[in-house]
Amino acid sequence: MAMSPLLDDDTTLFDVNLDGTSTSEDGGYEPIPAPKTKSKKPPPYSRFTQQELPACKPIITPKLVIASFTFIAIIFVPIGIAALSASNKVVEIEERYDRECIPPIYSDHILQYIQSVGTDKTCTRRLTVPKHMKSPVFIYYQLTDFYQNYRIYKSSRSNLQLKSKADEGSELKNCGSVQTVGDEPIVPCGLVAWSMFNDTYSFSVKDKALIVNKMNIAWESDKKGRFGSDVYPKNFQAGGVIGGAKLNSSIPLSEQDDLIVWMRPAPLRNFRKLYGRIDVDLEANEEIKVEIKNNYNSYGYGGEKLLVLSTTSAFGGKSKFLGIAYLTVGGFCFLFAIVFVIIHRFKRRDIGDTAYLSWNRSPVGYYIK
Amino acid sequence: MKRFVYINDDESSPTHGLYCDNRISNRKYTLFNFLPKNLMEQFSRFMNQYFLLIACLQLWSLITPVNPASTWGPLIFIFAVSATKEAWDDYNRYLSDKTANEKQVWIVRKGIKQHIQAQDICVGNLVWLRENDEVPCDLVLIGTSDPQGLCYVETAALDGEIDLKTRVIPSACTGIDFELLHKIKGVIECPNPDKDIRRLDANLRLFPPFIDNDVCPLTIKNTILQSCYLRNTEWACGVAVYTGNETKLGMSRGIPEPKLTAMDAMIDKLTGAIFVFQIVVVIVLGIAGNVWKDTEARKQWYVLYPDNDPWYELLVIPLRFELLCSIMIPISIKVSLDLVKSLYAKFIDWDREMIDLETDTPSHATNTAISEDLGQVEYILTDKTGTLTENKMVFKICCISGNFYGNEVGDASKDKRLLNAISSGSPDVVRFLTVMAICNTVIPVRSKTGDIVYKAQSQDEDALVHAAAKLNMVLTNKNGNILELRFNTLAIQYEVLETLEFTSDRKRMSVVVRDCQNGNILLLSKGADEAILPCASAGQQTRIFNEAVEQYSQLGLRTLCLAWRELKEDEYEEWSFMFREANSTLVDREWRIAEVCQRLEKDLEVLGVTAIEDRLQDGVPETIYTLRKAGINFWMLTGDKQNTAIQIALSCNFISPEPKGQLLLIDGKTEEEVGRSLERVLLTMRTTASEPKDVAFVIDGWALEIALKHYWKAFTELAILSRTAICCRVTPSQKAQLVQILKSCDYRTLAIGDGGNDVRMIQQADIGVGISGREGLQAARAADYSIGRFRFLRRLILVHGRYSYNRTAFLSQYSFYKSLLICFIQIFFSFISGVSGTSLFNSVSLMAYNVFYTSIPVLVSVLDKDLSEETVMQHPQILFYCQAGRLLNPSTFAGWFGRSLFHAVVVFVISIHAYAFEKSEMEEVGMVALSGCIWLQAFVVTLETK
Repeated sequence: MAMSPLLDDDTTLFDVNLDGTSTSEDGGYEPIPAPKTKSKKPPPYSRFTQQELPACKPIITPKLVIASFTFIAIIFVPIGIAALSASNKVVEIEERYDRECIPPIYSDHILQYIQSVGTDKTCTRRLTVPKHMKSPVFIYYQLTDFYQNYRIYKSSRSNLQLKSKADEGSELKNCGSVQTVGDEPIVPCGLVAWSMFNDTYSFSVKDKALIVNKMNIAWESDKKGRFGSDVYPKNFQAGGVIGGAKLNSSIPLSEQDDLIVWMRPAPLRNFRKLYGRIDVDLEANEEIKVEIKNNYNSYGYGGEKLLVLSTTSAFGGKSKFLGIAYLTVGGFCFLFAIVFVIIHRFKRRDIGDTAYLSWNRSPVGYYIK
Repeated sequence: MKRFVYINDDESSPTHGLYCDNRISNRKYTLFNFLPKNLMEQFSRFMNQYFLLIACLQLWSLITPVNPASTWGPLIFIFAVSATKEAWDDYNRYLSDKTANEKQVWIVRKGIKQHIQAQDICVGNLVWLRENDEVPCDLVLIGTSDPQGLCYVETAALDGEIDLKTRVIPSACTGIDFELLHKIKGVIECPNPDKDIRRLDANLRLFPPFIDNDVCPLTIKNTILQSCYLRNTEWACGVAVYTGNETKLGMSRGIPEPKLTAMDAMIDKLTGAIFVFQIVVVIVLGIAGNVWKDTEARKQWYVLYPDNDPWYELLVIPLRFELLCSIMIPISIKVSLDLVKSLYAKFIDWDREMIDLETDTPSHATNTAISEDLGQVEYILTDKTGTLTENKMVFKICCISGNFYGNEVGDASKDKRLLNAISSGSPDVVRFLTVMAICNTVIPVRSKTGDIVYKAQSQDEDALVHAAAKLNMVLTNKNGNILELRFNTLAIQYEVLETLEFTSDRKRMSVVVRDCQNGNILLLSKGADEAILPCASAGQQTRIFNEAVEQYSQLGLRTLCLAWRELKEDEYEEWSFMFREANSTLVDREWRIAEVCQRLEKDLEVLGVTAIEDRLQDGVPETIYTLRKAGINFWMLTGDKQNTAIQIALSCNFISPEPKGQLLLIDGKTEEEVGRSLERVLLTMRTTASEPKDVAFVIDGWALEIALKHYWKAFTELAILSRTAICCRVTPSQKAQLVQILKSCDYRTLAIGDGGNDVRMIQQADIGVGISGREGLQAARAADYSIGRFRFLRRLILVHGRYSYNRTAFLSQYSFYKSLLICFIQIFFSFISGVSGTSLFNSVSLMAYNVFYTSIPVLVSVLDKDLSEETVMQHPQILFYCQAGRLLNPSTFAGWFGRSLFHAVVVFVISIHAYAFEKSEMEEVGMVALSGCIWLQAFVVTLETK
């Protein structure tokens, strides 16, 4: 029987083998540190190494919880009320015109009407101002069911090309089917630019034209950074299928605010985009005459087109959502605070009572002598 | 399989160039194979394969939702980090190899002494060493500066023991002149390289003119092994037999299996679950996307869908979703977990409260990856000697031929009656003392001040020799084979003829000595009672000794029986021949020697019994009490006697005394007896399982062997039922088997021990803890954690283990939470974007989210303490939570999953509604949603860390 390589043990009191042995207590020779043994230097002391860094540890007492909930409620409810009232002060006029602007004779051939080049598509609508509208009054166009966020659509553009003339031909493959005419690149290429919105509005009050200010409707950063001042439209809408708007090829892209606005994709399928600004106040009950060039094909995909005039508040446009959200959160916090007060009042538990520890609560389980 | 080593060989010898040179190489890689080999290794992990697949898919620009760099960047970073770490480790190994390889050594070549680099040593070369030189390869000694051919080596680098060991030249080489050693020729027949550092069964034959053709046996005592140091010897010279990576040290190098913690396994499982979830999402959304595309998207003129799709068009949308969802499995989780785990390990190294002040040994975590397992330990298997006890042996009491000397309060060395007997020279007492003093392998060394210092390899021998010296029997000198004793004032000399070494099977050792005064040959033996008493001569009554042993072990003392016998000259001669023959066998040498020894060790006259005390370490009972309260079960595995074991167990809170506790004994010599006994114990266990009673079972090695062999199932059931067990007289392999049983029942086991005999158990267990104690560092080296004292175990488990568990549980689940949060938002967004797989977020912000915003705040949790250390120590029951895995399991994970779903809904709904209509701009919404996520997850971190 071969002996196991390791020694048996404690009983085995006098091992002579290499192993399982030890030194006598009193070292007789100078201990020369073996090269491979770890140095026995005591580890450096710091509060970090000893895991003793100062820490603040709030004990979540019922009182603290109630106080913080109340605090949140007190902060949120006023904000909510302010937001709601601000939203209510905003005056907004919405006018859907996609159906109304189709002449009745074309009602069975809408697509044919909208795609025809020669037809005059002017359409006149009259809007009544419900309340005094303080300038600036923003003009938006709203599209519904338009998927600007659809992946193939959204990514069909060449950011490099938009930025500088030198990169006219780069990243063309991103642009999918709207890349080139012949061998010449299209500037700006891609589906997004190609499908640009091209309805136009002109406003007049009492036969006096209202000036639509189209300056600075796009982001300053876009004009400076993303759209080059030396890039001019080229071969645009010159291919087989015409999409949306055409561009003036003598104006650089950085000045084409409508394009820049359009090129910022919307995350939702219903969206508004800034068309321009009216810098005069509109009085209540005034009638505004809008002349619309109904060019854009929203009929092909069954979406609506709306014209929106709106003032703004500190919280932006007309939106009840923020106010309601603040009020809901604040209200719930208040409710919780009250519930906690009641629980704390009638079913009190002291902090640090060991009787509540699970092993103290159940007598069965582990027993310790 | 043998190898023949021709001493001092030249090109002419038949084995020249057959064996490798002495170049040591611990390197895993070379300069050329580093990249492919390292990449292969990294890609053998599933996670990495997954990430690579994702990264490759992203290269297909048609489907990639984000910039490929956002995946390739982190992936390359992670790979670079682990490759750099590997390369650095390998480079360090290369450097240390290089220093070892280029060390200058003296060898003899062609009869001339030369100075060469260590890597050029060939098998068969003669190597000369000076004092304090490191041994460059495995050598067979052939000459030393000592006239008797002795030399001393320190083997610390080999086995962690820091005492000096004696090595001796083979008998055939004695008396060879210093000058002639250069020209010595011969052949050594030795086995092929192996890694057993305690064994070498070889033969040496010198060629004429050096003596005759006799075969001379070689053992490990004739060798000095690589990495040892030559001490207290002016010079030594030996033949290289194993070189390079074929030395005993080189062969025993190995890469240990990496241990996987319960938590790792759980995380892997959860990752798998998330993977399945991801696949389901991808398939569902992929189908929905394709349906939408065909029904709706074709109506949208501005999309300009081509009418004739390429064949892969169907795949594009599912693959896009796959990529969008790929961050569900956070790429950083493995890296960040590894990082924080190594920090936890460092915390253990740094802990000031776990430094053994006596020896100034800090605790050390060798394995940095398993600290959270410490918090989940359910069973602790502990060794006794040196682990629970000090392993500082003190001779306490004895029984000499029926007379009891000393008692619980007084040592025998102070007993008047014994002192009187000594001064009157009672022959029994004198013989008893003689055996105590010379039946051992202790080396007396005279220090500079003239005191005698004993170098002993075993604590018991040390205690006995010291006690004998106290009782006026002083071992003064050991000069080769001549021993000098001083009894009172009388000097006595003995010549050691043979040493019958101790083995764990024989459990005894003997020496054969010649009394130089009258020429009588004596056999002196000492050993465990069951090894000595059966060998007593037929006429002797051993009842009294049995009683003494019984009584002493009741006191928790270690007992030894001493015996002697006179040998006749011819009996010795005859036996000596057989012994030498057995010693030179190559096959089964150990067994043959044991058999031969058996022939001599009979008809002994038992002289008496010694009892040695081994005190409990400080804080052992408290530690065991606390850990038991924490729900950890203790098993004690010891090689000691049953009674001693039970006494120690009682005194350190292991088991409770009657009536609260109950000890159930499993014994028996035969299969049926053990079976019956096991049945009985099981029955009692089952009936008392519901009672609040401390039931423990006791089993000895023999019964255990049978139980494991024939009653595996019953014993396993017993192991599950029993919270405490004492196993005595167990061998190292049995210890490992017991660990195996508990592991097979899915328990987390921790094995703690201090000696070489615990190494297998330590390696087998989920967590091995070694006590860097008196029995050398072997256990500490093999272990995952080494601590200085047993009582540090409490802190190791309750503080470090628990915190690590809590922190890792938080960190891993949090990693999934933050990735899922983003993923859910992406999925929701896809519902309003025509299921086309548009990414709401741009790639830069996504990467920043993963790398920066979410990784930095969470680092705080590395220092998080949910409860103060004192509270945990006061209420160790809190550990139940960790043991049961309450903080990381499918249900807590489902909680985090739900949380991320809820948070995603809130963030998405708010940001979409708040930015409806005129404010609606994709990048803006994306940014708002992302910052919402960042705030939310930061809030979660603050809330969850305490």
